Amino acid sequence: MIRKLPRLEPDTAFFWTSGADGRLRIQRCADCGTWQHPPLPRCAECHGEAVGPEPVSGKGRIASYTVNHEAWLPGLAVPYILAMVELAEQAQLYVFTTLVATEAEARTGLPVRVSFERHEDIWLPLFRPETP
Amino acid sequence: MTSLPEKLVCVTGAAQSEVARPSPRSALQLTADACLAAIAEAGLDVSEIDGIATYPGKSSEGGGIAPVSPSEAAAMLGLNPRWILASSEGFSHMAPIFNAVTAIACGLARHVVVFRTVAQASARRQARASTLMVGGGDRVDGNNAWTVPFGALSPVNTFALYAQAYCDRYRATAEQLGALAVSSRAHAARNPAAIYRDPITLDDYLAARTISSPLRLYDCDVHVDGATALVLSHRDASRDLRRPPIHLEAMGMAVGGLWTGQHEGDFTSLPGAARAGEMLWSRTDLTPGQIDCAQIYDGFSIFVWLWLEALRLVEPGEACRFTEGGHRIGLTGELPLNTGGDPLSAGRLHGYGHIHEACIQLWGLGGDRQVAGARTAIVSNGGYGYGAMLLRRE
Repeated sequence: MIRKLPRLEPDTAFFWTSGADGRLRIQRCADCGTWQHPPLPRCAECHGEAVGPEPVSGKGRIASYTVNHEAWLPGLAVPYILAMVELAEQAQLYVFTTLVATEAEARTGLPVRVSFERHEDIWLPLFRPETP
Repeated sequence: MTSLPEKLVCVTGAAQSEVARPSPRSALQLTADACLAAIAEAGLDVSEIDGIATYPGKSSEGGGIAPVSPSEAAAMLGLNPRWILASSEGFSHMAPIFNAVTAIACGLARHVVVFRTVAQASARRQARASTLMVGGGDRVDGNNAWTVPFGALSPVNTFALYAQAYCDRYRATAEQLGALAVSSRAHAARNPAAIYRDPITLDDYLAARTISSPLRLYDCDVHVDGATALVLSHRDASRDLRRPPIHLEAMGMAVGGLWTGQHEGDFTSLPGAARAGEMLWSRTDLTPGQIDCAQIYDGFSIFVWLWLEALRLVEPGEACRFTEGGHRIGLTGELPLNTGGDPLSAGRLHGYGHIHEACIQLWGLGGDRQVAGARTAIVSNGGYGYGAMLLRRE
């Protein structure tokens, strides 16, 4: 697949480089404990500024998914599966991702686990079905 | 409820330019065509227009999504506006309308022209990828950074997630979803200005290629070149014009987190749209059962189900069954829906086609697609931010 990579920006670079040590990090408020993604300069819940990246389990479930069949750009290999993962840490804490699975495996509710794919200075957090 | 600003405002003119795929006319020409036609439709002289507004204004972003600024349009029309606005933020594409309402209610303007111009068909002729969300640089930044690196290059990918979750939760079928496209095309067949007018069957729908499951080709709107313009006037200045004034009975608005990459809910509803609906119904004595036609945003077909439920026109989970077979949403059904066929068939005018169509119906100008005796219309707009209006003719 042709990957257009994210630009490393000050507030969000931690997310894209987190996989360097194999762990996914999500922003969390140290004051009230709320996780939020995408990251923001303050906690949207309590408005505190004590927000920072914190490792998560990397586990979650598929909240929804779609199989993209359209070759939007020349050379784009299709189909591939896009998914919204609800992380185990908090209800409705969502991370958008590519689901590395077969179409037959894809379903809402599917337990998944993060798996990183490195491109240059970016570790893209992809997700795969959780193997028991 | 006479203190609400929208009660002081009427739609007095509405018109569209040619809508084509592509148009040989420039975006500015199309804008002029629509604005002048709407002003003439209202029976006003151009010199009487003292305000102008648009969504989203002009941006350097390619793709023909924001090709004309209100200043350019004002200069071309020879206007000397006392009030001008480009609104790219907030409550969907209806934001300039809501802002014009407040300007008129406050006395800053009497007659405001609101336009929305797109030139996406021409942009795609130049470069097909121009309407994708990839941006120009080597890397993607801002909100698109949360989706594009994973292969979501089009908004269809995001809203396919809603379609899949909805279908899974409510056991909705492809046939039920397909009824929307078939119905839209049947209405477009009766609309001389629509782009695609040959009827399609459910079999045609099911046989078309999948774009992003469960959404197929006919679940997606059509890129066009075209402009829509409305004239909004103070109620006191609306009488004795060419058309009977259309009252802005109520409006509702809400921002969603989607545009900043945040998601609320479980993908089976649009909570922001529901907030817009709640606001709308809180500002009127009319009830959902009193609506004669609905012009519901359908940039992708799934929006219709989500908006019908958000606006409480049907119960949660019931929209898929309500629209099944298309009978209840046909021109003689209990809730005639998207009677001009847009934008799945008539073209992606970013919801302004819906507003125009609502006015056409309320003025009784629908010709072969006229809903008999239409006096009230509900219009909704947006997938990332949410706006809704209730329009009423006396």
